Amino acid sequence: MVQVTYVQHDGTTHEVDAPDGHSLMEVAIDNMIPGIDGDCGGACACATCHVFVDAAWLAKTGEKEDMETSMLEFAEGVEGNSRLACQIKASAELDGIVVRLPESQH
Amino acid sequence: MSQAAVKPEVSAIPDPYSIPLEEIDMGKAALYPAQAHWAYFERLRKEDPVHFCESEEFGPYWSITKFNDIVHVDTHHHQFTSEPQIVIGDAVDFQPPMFIAMDQPKHDVQRKVVTPAVSPVQLSEVEPLIRKRVGDLLDSLPVGETFDWVDRVSIELTTQMLATLFDFPFEERRKLTYWSDISASGPQVGDDSMTEEFRLQELTKCLEEFNKLWQERKAEPRKNDFISLMAHHPDMQDMDPMEYLGNLMLLIVGGNDTTRNSMSGGVVALNQNPAEYDKLRADPSLIPNMVSEIIRWQTPLAHMRRNATEDVELGGKTIKKGDKVVMWYISGNRDNDVIDRPDDFIIDRPKARHHVSFGFGIHRCMGNRLAEMQIKILWEEILKRFSNVEMVGDPVRVTSNFVMGYSHLPVKLHAK
Repeated sequence: MVQVTYVQHDGTTHEVDAPDGHSLMEVAIDNMIPGIDGDCGGACACATCHVFVDAAWLAKTGEKEDMETSMLEFAEGVEGNSRLACQIKASAELDGIVVRLPESQH
Repeated sequence: MSQAAVKPEVSAIPDPYSIPLEEIDMGKAALYPAQAHWAYFERLRKEDPVHFCESEEFGPYWSITKFNDIVHVDTHHHQFTSEPQIVIGDAVDFQPPMFIAMDQPKHDVQRKVVTPAVSPVQLSEVEPLIRKRVGDLLDSLPVGETFDWVDRVSIELTTQMLATLFDFPFEERRKLTYWSDISASGPQVGDDSMTEEFRLQELTKCLEEFNKLWQERKAEPRKNDFISLMAHHPDMQDMDPMEYLGNLMLLIVGGNDTTRNSMSGGVVALNQNPAEYDKLRADPSLIPNMVSEIIRWQTPLAHMRRNATEDVELGGKTIKKGDKVVMWYISGNRDNDVIDRPDDFIIDRPKARHHVSFGFGIHRCMGNRLAEMQIKILWEEILKRFSNVEMVGDPVRVTSNFVMGYSHLPVKLHAK
């Protein structure tokens, strides 16, 4: 299990355990964390699981692929640390990761 | 779009299991107003989910009918091009360019230019205006008398919104409805009520009016309406007239036919499912979830079309380079491998947002947030005023394999 902290836009914090290999989008949905929609079910195809990754963890989440970069153009308020949570898989390396959620996904 | 004045002969449409599989041609527009398409798609999903058909009307094409296969095609835009056309038929000689039917990089550039008009920030600014207009319109409707919901409500509200998005002269807004109907009709979608020549002639008039607006907006400071955004952007301000027209047609149809028919579709769905209507009256907080369910259930655009850029294996079939591929969203949304009890309308359905009506990938509907907001506000304001929007006759459906629409929907309002 990997510990993941989601910080909602209003500051509410959720610390949850993520099974290895599950995406941070799936984990948020499974734990009913508000602020992640995941309309496409994890196909990197809707940009409704936009998160901001805390600086300390950003490099460890890896490089974005072209599709993720294209889809992020759909999201609102994209920053340098924006990622789609469906493209970040829980792993030992990410144990303790903190991601922040935008005000709204849609 | 043609109005089915005479109800199509359901008996003329054979049972889908009585004909050979290879004869199943989902391009036949007559299937849709007769509601015969459901059983046909059910057979294809079960027996031949990636289905090849030699259509007399549209030439050879593949039908993609399962949810996950549709997501696959939609997200592999390098293997499946959106050029030259995103509907099943090919126009003979009138096919103005528009960014929905373009690939990267030009698609991304043009799409980004117009997106600010429907951004969340912009939407929160127009929300009070939309709510006021919806309220005023609902207050003007007769209670206890039969009237046409399509004309008085669905068309009127979407057209008002469209006029705002283009900053089009408000009193002349029904012209937008007319041009939208013409844009989304014609032989390419199985509609024989108008010729290509007629469409060209009417849309040329549309272009003339919009050219005047373009010149006005260009001379004024940039604003957040579609025309001003295009006229002031270096990547779009030098478009040739046909490309301007193409993008206008895209934005007009995108913002009109779709939401309009979901506004009508919600009334139909709730009347056909009275227990769901009761649930809604008891708990209006279900509205946002119901909006997604309406959009799934209605699937206002039945399909999107691509062409393979290379040989692709899908569902055990080989789609050859150059082949035409039609993703049937209307079928994907009824796929019981992905959606539980897909034929049922369930306003508190879990994961209701997981539908394919907006498409997925780089061509996903850019107005989805606006569409959801308009339908949400409509139902919030309806529930404040009326105990029932009663459907008092059969809805009349349009003949198209593309727009899943209603031309008439007789209703009677009941006071709260």
